[in-house]
Amino acid sequence: MPVDVADPATAAADALLPRPFRVVANRRETSDTVTLELEPLDGDGLAFAAGQFTMLQAFGVGEVPISISGDPARPGLLVHTIRDVGGVTRALCAAEVGDVLGARGPYGRGWGVSDARGGDVVVVAGGIGLAPLRAAVLEVVRARSGFGRVHVLYGARTEDDLLFGDDLEEWAAEPDTEVAVIVDRAATSWPGRVGLVTELVRAAAFDAPRTLALVCGPEVMMRFVGAELTARGVPASQVRLSLERNMRCGVGLCGHCQLREYLLCVDGPVLSLDAVRPQLGIREL
Amino acid sequence: MRSLQELLAEHPFFAGLDEDTVGMLVGCARNVHYRPGEYLFRQGDPADRFFVVRRGRVALDVHGPGRTEMVVDTVDEGGVVGWSWLVPPYRWFFDARATQEVSAVAVDASCLRDKCDQDPALGYALMQRVAGVMYQRLQSARIRLLDLYGTDRAG
Ligand SMILES: Cc1cc2nc3c(=O)[nH]c(=O)nc-3n(C[C@H](O)[C@H](O)[C@H](O)COP(=O)(O)OP(=O)(O)OC[C@H]3O[C@@H](n4cnc5c(N)ncnc54)[C@H](O)[C@@H]3O)c2cc1C
Repeated sequence: MPVDVADPATAAADALLPRPFRVVANRRETSDTVTLELEPLDGDGLAFAAGQFTMLQAFGVGEVPISISGDPARPGLLVHTIRDVGGVTRALCAAEVGDVLGARGPYGRGWGVSDARGGDVVVVAGGIGLAPLRAAVLEVVRARSGFGRVHVLYGARTEDDLLFGDDLEEWAAEPDTEVAVIVDRAATSWPGRVGLVTELVRAAAFDAPRTLALVCGPEVMMRFVGAELTARGVPASQVRLSLERNMRCGVGLCGHCQLREYLLCVDGPVLSLDAVRPQLGIREL
Repeated sequence: MRSLQELLAEHPFFAGLDEDTVGMLVGCARNVHYRPGEYLFRQGDPADRFFVVRRGRVALDVHGPGRTEMVVDTVDEGGVVGWSWLVPPYRWFFDARATQEVSAVAVDASCLRDKCDQDPALGYALMQRVAGVMYQRLQSARIRLLDLYGTDRAG
């Protein structure tokens, strides 16, 4: 019997089928984080919006959600930056050039970078949170004249934990673009700032009512950054956070990532602060 | 060249103080400059001043026997360094080191304490500002104590 392609069950099953991607580069970013570049084995690349993620699979080990850290203007190359925290991420970080991984997606709602056109953009990243924001900054930089002032504010544990050093330098060289980095603690040889990323928000000059803020990091950090941004006058509806709670199916079927009325894998991971503020203060949901 | 009165009035730490009050503070203040690597003060020294940073960056270093020195905070333009001048035994608890060319206004502690004793309204206004700075530093230290980027994950 011919399979009806419109059959919802088949469509759902297809959506859960990973496509094979070959690792073409594995770059070490820090002691526990690598960036993988992947090319599809079976056709076109994945067109994606900044802030979207894929379900990335190390065959025989498991599958996890990972944000796309590459350039949205280069969909032929699937780029992921992965921190080794457990079984699956360890296997992904260990992937060698030539290995094949599975990916399905892209999924979720991204940053909606184009909403910031004509206004200022404040990007606030903590730790590995810079990975999904890299895609957003690349999009802004590509259309630089369409935006006002741009701030990339980045907090990390120590100088050894900083990601994307070359990118940070390149972005800082763009007109009207400030890149500020702060670390939790440092050796005395570190010439940069030490403190909390909220201090960077406090010191940055932007036109708050006309600012779109994009924030990604540990939830506690996002709570404080959200408070600082709104105290500076950025409307909560213009503060977007990437909420990266555990996910399984990626397509809104399993309910694993439900947060109140939102299924984070389809309604998120990017949501505005006014939508999630009550939840941010709550312990593990 | 800008007068000390103007420099203090423009600094965020003194925002909201009227001209006469700033004028009183000027009597306790003087301009100071440090080159990269120079110390504003060293741990254990008498805390006889505090610094209003106008330009550059100051690193606060903590060290102890057998431990490598660590920077636990930096203070940039618009910030304030030092509150040990307020609390006995009036000794610095850490080193303050210029990591860039630093221009600051140093405010003499005993002069300021005298003025605050004479004028409680000035004392209160200053204490509110110092408490604000201490509160932010304490919050920053507490949140960093959670080691967010090390144990929690997002991205
Ligand atoms: C939408 C989304 C995008 C993500 N993007 C990235 C990315 O770009 N790069 C990256 O390195 N990671 C990213 N993550 C996190 C990544 O999915 C988890 O680290 C991964 O699922 C852990 O699987 P594991 O088998 O390696 O470890 P496990 O053994 O499953 O977990 C190891 C430890 O990590 C904790 N953990 C697992 N998942 C999360 C999470 N989502 N948030 C906080 N703690 C978690 C567990 O509680 C446990 O303590 C993203 C997660 C989501 C939901």
